[in-house]
Amino acid sequence: MATPMIELDRVAKHYGNQAAVADVSFVIEKGEFIALMGPSGCGKTTTLRMIAGLDEPSSGEIRLWGRRLNEDAPWERDAPLVWQSYALFPFMSVRKNVEFGLKQRRLPAPERRKKADEWMERLGIAGFAERGVDQLSGGQRQRVALARALALEPEMLLLDEPLSALDPHLRVRMQSELVRLHRELGITFICVTHSHSEAFAMADRVVIMNEGRIQQIGAPRDIHRRAANRFVAEFVGGNNIFTGTARVDEDGSIALAGPVGTVHAPAPSDGGIVTGAAATLVVPADRIELAAESTGAGNEVQARVVTVEFVGSTVTVFLETEGGGELRAQRSLHEMENTPLAVGQPVVARWSPQQGFFLPS
Amino acid sequence: MSMAALRRFLLVAYTGLVFAFIFAPIVSTIVFSFNADRFPSLPWGGFSLQWYEAIFADATIQRGLVNSLVVAGVTCVIATFLGFSAAYVDYRYRFLGKSVYLALAALPPTVPVVILGVALLTFEGRVGLSGTLQGIIVGHVVLATPFAMALVRMRLADLDPDIERAAWNLGASPFATMFGVIVPFCAPAILAALFLTAAVSFDEFMIAWFVSGVNETLPVRVLAMLQGQVSPRINAIGAIVFGVSITLIVLAQVLLGRMSGRAARKKG
Repeated sequence: MATPMIELDRVAKHYGNQAAVADVSFVIEKGEFIALMGPSGCGKTTTLRMIAGLDEPSSGEIRLWGRRLNEDAPWERDAPLVWQSYALFPFMSVRKNVEFGLKQRRLPAPERRKKADEWMERLGIAGFAERGVDQLSGGQRQRVALARALALEPEMLLLDEPLSALDPHLRVRMQSELVRLHRELGITFICVTHSHSEAFAMADRVVIMNEGRIQQIGAPRDIHRRAANRFVAEFVGGNNIFTGTARVDEDGSIALAGPVGTVHAPAPSDGGIVTGAAATLVVPADRIELAAESTGAGNEVQARVVTVEFVGSTVTVFLETEGGGELRAQRSLHEMENTPLAVGQPVVARWSPQQGFFLPS
Repeated sequence: MSMAALRRFLLVAYTGLVFAFIFAPIVSTIVFSFNADRFPSLPWGGFSLQWYEAIFADATIQRGLVNSLVVAGVTCVIATFLGFSAAYVDYRYRFLGKSVYLALAALPPTVPVVILGVALLTFEGRVGLSGTLQGIIVGHVVLATPFAMALVRMRLADLDPDIERAAWNLGASPFATMFGVIVPFCAPAILAALFLTAAVSFDEFMIAWFVSGVNETLPVRVLAMLQGQVSPRINAIGAIVFGVSITLIVLAQVLLGRMSGRAARKKG
């Protein structure tokens, strides 16, 4: 197997007795867009800072192209970071900020200028090259921070919550711009974010962390379709999580008796679920259809509408079964316009057994 | 006159009186330094520069002025360097006993100068510094460093704590970061600290009096002259000392005003 670009091998970081990162291992290939995602305090930022050399691992090894990186000082690494606070040099013009890294590399002034011009042009900040950074808006500062890092033409770019300080509409624009930049430059992006919509929209692969440990690594679609554990299923949102008692049927599929009634799903590939055992079933909310009447096919649950929530072009319908079980279904606005729902109205929630999956116990 | 207008008038009058009370001695010193008469009395005896001519002809005063300038010049550089270093340690590091460190660093101006003067005299007598200009400089550095530290700390408080790491991250060594980022950012505070510590030293009498011996600074010379005679030359010296000090303080204030103005804009 070829050497991967970046390897984290059993990396841990302790502060006193507190483990910010406990035993994290994963690899990043050249040109990937990786998102490190998790709630605050999950260790994602510490992991990023260790790659940048701003924090030193307490144990484990970080390798770049197979070479141990742990002891390299931050200024010896080629891993520029876009800071959450931008951390622009406040007394310098935009141009001076962009040229800063090139100056440290002792690039002659004319080349420095040329490169800075190129990158400022590319990021749409050439118009205020001579302005002080304290005269810029948040979105403009963000671009300066990007230009400053990219002017070094690094093989990887680190981003720490790059969008969190922006207005919502700007955030969406910047998000697609980052994706475009990543595609055009072909370098590795490693982005820390607490927002799963950001991570899933931008990254090729997402690393979900909690309490210093990796919960799941995978492509956004795989994580959405097959959460590895309850934390992930809850954190990424949009999932129904049912717990109940399992019963293995003759055909090998499993019936789960719980608060929403008895529902069916395929047995997990690793087996592990026996009759009478407690099990947790996940059904993505967007796989649940709503109908007026029962047809007898697939899983069907009788329920009443509790709330209807409109977010953009998606509608989330919260349901309650007679047994007190809760359920949510996500449908498109377009579909809902044809069949309006009133609060209190009885409906049938239906999904194919194939759409549900059991979490490893 | 309405109540509001009356209140306003009283407030302005009161403020004016307070300022008059504070500045009257200084103003009278300056005014009478240009008076032709031997004694500072009214009516004014006519404009004259004779007292200035007299002090510039007096070798002891000249020596005192030169000593004061040398002491202030050297003191401000050392005190600002130490003050910057102390403030930077505070910005950069977190360590056990930091509040003690800061309290100790800020302590000297709160010690009565008489005590500081006696302590310095005793100590410097032992190490062979007493009676030398170096001895005065040491005393003034002790007194002035906390002012420099306070000014630089104020400036560093406005600096994003990530800035230094951002510079490292872009390939700047700690040395390059210090002189390419931290020092330029602190430049206004450093300049202000230079002026302010120079003013503190130039004005300082007590320590200089204890330690100076035959190497009198200007304030010490003035007291020596006052003990012998009351001469309008004192007024002329006073005017000059006041002029130098106020210039230094105003320069420091202007720099600080710019600094805080910029910080306010940034927040707004």
